[in-house]
Amino acid sequence: MTLLFATNQVAKLALPAGMAGWSSDDTWVVVTAALAAMACALPGCWLVLRQQSLMGDVLSHTTLPGLVMAFLAVHLLAASGLIPPENEPAARHLFLFCGALLTGILSAFLAEWLQQFGQVESSAALGVVLSTLFAAGLLMIRLFADNVHVDPECVLFGTIETVALGEPGVPQATLAVGAICLLNLLLTGLFFKELRMTAFDAGLATALGFPARLIHLGLMAVTSATVVFAFESVGSILVVAMLIVPAAAAHLLTDRLSWLIGLSLGIAALSAIGGHVAAIVVPPLVFGWLGYADVGAASTAGMTALASGALFLLAWIAAPQHGLVSKIAGRLRLTFTIACEDILGLLYRLDEAHLPAEGVSLRFLVQSVRGHAGWITRLAVAYLRRTSQLAYDAGGYRLTDAGRQHATHLVRSHRLWESYMARHFVLADDHLHATASRLEHFIGPDLQTKLAAELDSPQTDPHGKDIPQ
Amino acid sequence: MTAEMPAREQEHPASAPLSIHDMTVAYHRRPVLWDVDYNAVPASLTAIIGPNGAGKSTLIKAVLGLTPMASGQVRFFGQPYARQRSRVAYVPQRSSVDWDFPVSALDVVAMGMYRKIGWFFPVTRHYREKARQALDRVGLADYAQRQISQLSGGQQQRVFLARALAQEADLYLMDEPFAGVDAATERAIVGILRDLRAAGKTAMVVHHDLQTVHEYFDQVVLLNLRIVAAGPTETVFTTENLKKTYGGTLPLLDLVGQRMARA
Repeated sequence: MTLLFATNQVAKLALPAGMAGWSSDDTWVVVTAALAAMACALPGCWLVLRQQSLMGDVLSHTTLPGLVMAFLAVHLLAASGLIPPENEPAARHLFLFCGALLTGILSAFLAEWLQQFGQVESSAALGVVLSTLFAAGLLMIRLFADNVHVDPECVLFGTIETVALGEPGVPQATLAVGAICLLNLLLTGLFFKELRMTAFDAGLATALGFPARLIHLGLMAVTSATVVFAFESVGSILVVAMLIVPAAAAHLLTDRLSWLIGLSLGIAALSAIGGHVAAIVVPPLVFGWLGYADVGAASTAGMTALASGALFLLAWIAAPQHGLVSKIAGRLRLTFTIACEDILGLLYRLDEAHLPAEGVSLRFLVQSVRGHAGWITRLAVAYLRRTSQLAYDAGGYRLTDAGRQHATHLVRSHRLWESYMARHFVLADDHLHATASRLEHFIGPDLQTKLAAELDSPQTDPHGKDIPQ
Repeated sequence: MTAEMPAREQEHPASAPLSIHDMTVAYHRRPVLWDVDYNAVPASLTAIIGPNGAGKSTLIKAVLGLTPMASGQVRFFGQPYARQRSRVAYVPQRSSVDWDFPVSALDVVAMGMYRKIGWFFPVTRHYREKARQALDRVGLADYAQRQISQLSGGQQQRVFLARALAQEADLYLMDEPFAGVDAATERAIVGILRDLRAAGKTAMVVHHDLQTVHEYFDQVVLLNLRIVAAGPTETVFTTENLKKTYGGTLPLLDLVGQRMARA
């Protein structure tokens, strides 16, 4: 872990100095982290869409025994001379890959089996599988760590900062995650249709003769392999985040599957870039401000996870359809519309009662239109004037022809609904008004026609008032 | 599936779109369907009727191999399902899928043709056009590009129906297509069912509304853990048979089932 701080002991000062220390090592760190994040985001999309997000967490833990066994096997083979020393790294990657595939399938099998025969719910089954296999892996490390040199900290936190240390050309770890990223892209492209169908409707897939279960196991195996290759360099914490967070954020942003996959790749890459830059820049900035001048860079893996979290938050706030901002904006728009319509309705009813002879004052409107803050009413009045639904002269505000037309529609809706309720509900006449006042804003021309038809076009409402045409 | 026995083959007439012989389905050893013996009538509209928990959905899922059978044999047009998949279309319950899934109505309908399209091949224009035609038949041509969560419940049900139509099958197995749909959708579905029958196709439909059975269906299967009665609607859909179907489970059958689960 001391190495974590070795490569990035650049900045003690502020932002420019931190970035001035950017080296080719940093570039490789970013490229590796981005490739690893993107490799994870691809199967992550399917996990999120299958509502199996927890499976990512499970797989990132259950691969540990497979990992240890692969290390052990390579070590034994190398020690006995079956693998020449120069081929050892390649052999290790191959064994890791196979070990991960197997543990992925094993985890999925075990979870399924536990759920079916243990008759427990799926998350409980996943929890049992996760903790059992992870514990088995830890036990194996304890037993064999002395002669195999498995460093549990490397497994948990990864060693991305050292990725390019002492290697000319493209680092080994970068090649490995690049290869798995490419493989995942290929598989996603090739099986796009099948993955989509089994994720959406596994029953249909099975009925049509597509082996939904085999595709599920395949996805688990590939996820597992991705996890292993990614966390060799970026650690299991980043892996869990990258499997789920980019896909979840992308899901908020789009309703199209291909866009979802593309966006999650983009978010993953952006998290890695942002994460490494933040790892260099943020800690000196924050700790320098706090008075600890000699704090160096933070862990890139941790910062990348944080960056993806920040991007998710941003998506949650700003997403076009499902985002917080658009929801609040939609609610405000509705409140505003209702305020406008309430003003029109009030003026219509005043006219109907021939009161008062001339227009009304703004103050009167603000006081009489209930349920709205004063500023909303004022804003609504201004809007209605601008759209020529209200006119203002010496006597005050009054309806224009356009405003009267709109108001007539609203009052008609209101009174038709009162008539409808009087027919179908057992309610006193004075209980009808409040509900109708709410609903009149939602009854469009189509519903109004249907209401009138069902009620045989009544001329008056239950209170005896005219229903305008 | 049990081993094929030549002597039994005669009990599966090739003309029957679906023929079930002695099928028993069990969850955790407790039978939820007992000894179902049934031959579907070609070019008919058959309602599958029974109380909640009678095994109506299970019947459909079991014949399609989605739920394992404990025993029995199923044949479609005289052959095992694996050889007749393209002639059978399945309309699952609407609630069985996640409607927030990022696909359009057209994407869902195209899924019905994935088998024809084959592994790896993308959905080409030819199939998209076919999917659009199927959507047109259920009155949703204008909704092809809509994300499915933006459709009403009735429209979602019609998308499922369009998906089955796109399969151009000969037998349609539908699980509660009328559940919670609006009047327009119900009329659309009934119209399509009649068109299918006129074209010589067969539909078996899990149905809940007893009042419309006479109007919509010419055959009924009354189900409550076993087939209580099956045949033409006029003769089988009687008050007496309905009483037998809805008048509670058979106490002894229930008791034996419980023992089997516990043993």
